[in-house]
Amino acid sequence: MNVLAYLIPVSLLLGGIGLAAFVFTLRSSQYDDPEGDSRRILGDTWDDKPRPETVRKDRPSDR
Amino acid sequence: MSYAGQPAAMGCPGCVAAPDTPEIVLPDARLILSLPTIHCQACIARVEEALNAHPGVNGARVNLTRKRVMIDADRDVTAEELAGRLRAAGFEAWELDPAALQDTLTGSTGRDLLMRMAVAGFAAMNVMLLSVAVWSGATDATRDLFHWISAAITLPALGFSAQPFFRNAWSALRAGRLNMDVPISLAIALAVATSLWETWLSGEHAYFDAALTLTFFLLAGRWLEARARSAARSAAEELTALEVPRAWKMEGGEAVQVAVAELSPGDALLIRPGARAPVDGRITAGVSEVDRSALTGETLPEVRSPGHHMSAGELNLTGPLTVVATAVGSDTSLNRLAALVAVAESGRSRYTSLADRAARLYAPGVHILAALSFAGWLVWSGDMRVAANIAAAVLIITCPCALGLAVPAVTTAASGRLFSRGLLIKNATALERLAEADTVVFDKTGTLTSGNPVLTNWSSLSEREKAAAVLLARGSSHPLSLAVIAAAEANPGQSLSAEDLREVPGYGTEGLIGGEPARLGRPDWVGAEAKGDGLCSALQVGDAPAALLTFEDSLRPGAEELVKRLLSMGLEVALLSGDRSEVAGRTAAALGISSWRAGVLPEEKAQYIRDLRDRGHRVLMVGDGLNDTAALAEAHVSVSPAQALDAARAASDIVLLGQDLSPVAEAIETAGQATRRIRENFRIATVYNVVAVPLAVAGMATPLIAALAMSLSSLTVSVNALRVAGRRK
Repeated sequence: MNVLAYLIPVSLLLGGIGLAAFVFTLRSSQYDDPEGDSRRILGDTWDDKPRPETVRKDRPSDR
Repeated sequence: MSYAGQPAAMGCPGCVAAPDTPEIVLPDARLILSLPTIHCQACIARVEEALNAHPGVNGARVNLTRKRVMIDADRDVTAEELAGRLRAAGFEAWELDPAALQDTLTGSTGRDLLMRMAVAGFAAMNVMLLSVAVWSGATDATRDLFHWISAAITLPALGFSAQPFFRNAWSALRAGRLNMDVPISLAIALAVATSLWETWLSGEHAYFDAALTLTFFLLAGRWLEARARSAARSAAEELTALEVPRAWKMEGGEAVQVAVAELSPGDALLIRPGARAPVDGRITAGVSEVDRSALTGETLPEVRSPGHHMSAGELNLTGPLTVVATAVGSDTSLNRLAALVAVAESGRSRYTSLADRAARLYAPGVHILAALSFAGWLVWSGDMRVAANIAAAVLIITCPCALGLAVPAVTTAASGRLFSRGLLIKNATALERLAEADTVVFDKTGTLTSGNPVLTNWSSLSEREKAAAVLLARGSSHPLSLAVIAAAEANPGQSLSAEDLREVPGYGTEGLIGGEPARLGRPDWVGAEAKGDGLCSALQVGDAPAALLTFEDSLRPGAEELVKRLLSMGLEVALLSGDRSEVAGRTAAALGISSWRAGVLPEEKAQYIRDLRDRGHRVLMVGDGLNDTAALAEAHVSVSPAQALDAARAASDIVLLGQDLSPVAEAIETAGQATRRIRENFRIATVYNVVAVPLAVAGMATPLIAALAMSLSSLTVSVNALRVAGRRK
């Protein structure tokens, strides 16, 4: 049963990473326009090169 | 699913037209346009392209979920010109006032709930993992260890996630009331307390997982509700945004823009062509035609000259008017109509939703049941621990997970589906009331008809007359002139040149066409006899006899289809119009409406609806004018188009965003479906309770049974709700 000593912290850590990832996506406004975002990937506007890095003013986390 | 989160506050600089030189531009102006007809990637690209190509626009980003576009533009760029540009590109676009769109607050409640939901979900998954080990046979020290770890995860997680329930329950109790949150909080608190107690004593059963999944499902329901509410609120805000409360006040010979709220009687105001009168007043200078259709439903403009009275809400068509205010603010005739609305509204708020009725039965029932099992077991076994355990199990199992999801899941799915068809549900109980409607009453002008006249006898004119008419019509922005231009564009004729073109406000335009004097305008001014009853104007070129141009208010797209569908659904349809009976009768005949009344005053409309109600009918009122507001508020449920006046939209439950009327029939069908699903969901939740509650009361409920009953009922309810959303296009 000693394996539990590793497995329990590991499972908590993994879950914690998932939670942290969710918190990050929530904070960076990624749920504002789910429908639009799902369609935008179909556009060919930024197919040649990635969009230039700019600060998204509408995302509080980027300020 | 439709309205998630909050909208981005402004345009995205990443979408700036020249991608090679990205730069961060400070927002000089934030403009928001409503785009009811966009639906795909191509629309997004075309809208953003069109806006970014406009000089002065720094960035535009479409939010497809909310069907809006946020524009970051220079201060001198007006929303009107951008909307015009989008209309030219083939999209319906309406200006919104960003100041009125205070989404931040509603958006952040949704965000807050989502965060709590995530924490509860994370904790529930981990605890469930440990619980599965216990259920599958972990004993002794291992079980105790797992229970302690569960407790260590559960306590902080619940301390954060369940706060909304505790707060609501506390404020309800302090006010001496019972709401749904009281049994919820009690169940969570009791479950955690007895589980801790059990863990302390190395007991077999702990309900940590149940407390967490309970919180998770309930938060999911709350989040859906918050989303629907914020959508409804932003809809209302969005729509008030269409009205701009400003006026031009004459100060020392110059017109100064002031807020309508600052006006007082005696102020001289300039009312430009195309503007609505903000106050009641007397005309002191200028001659013009005035469109009263918003107040009365009358389509024929009236000529006004100095000395005439002007009522707030009337639309000035041709010439600038100077008006001295006689009544402002709440004294205006417009606001007296609004007061009628307030009276009727209070009646509607008495409607209790299905959810409220369920909660009213539910909350006391649960407490009594839990208290009885506690008392019964205390007497029977004399063991406090057993009794507390069983009371906790009863509370957990009866906890309204499924009930909390039953209504919001369905309304979210239904309003999401209707939103994609261009309907905004403003009121939470609107769907339930819409499902009950058995009679539909329409207003005519602006509702069944588009309010834009269409020239009907263009082809009877000679080529020369056609050319002259177009030239003269270009000199004016009168609706009839615009109709002439529209007709000419559809079938163009030869071209001539005009000189000395001049608009005579209130009468028409005159000028020299190919050297001959020509006039287009009111028949009596041109020198012709007005025939018939409809809208008409006359045209005379040189010495030739005057030709009469007749116009008709065109039907709104989808009106015919809607009426046909409503009749085939077995609903009664009626038409109430403030217009003259010839015009109203023609519209009714064209649409196949057999019961119609013309020349109806606003109070009579409301009375008509009241009479129907007293005879036991549930009325759906569809209208747009100020003369409809009282009727809209009086009706069981009401719909108005987005172009309707502020007061009319405020008084209605559902707003039609696009021009097409036909989605209204679909709304009635979807509402019926949604209400059926809500009832089904209640039945499903009840069935689960009927099975599980006796087990709990008998002391046979284990944490495993509680977890299964709770998860299964919540899932079935959610899946059942999704059936309303139907197949996606």
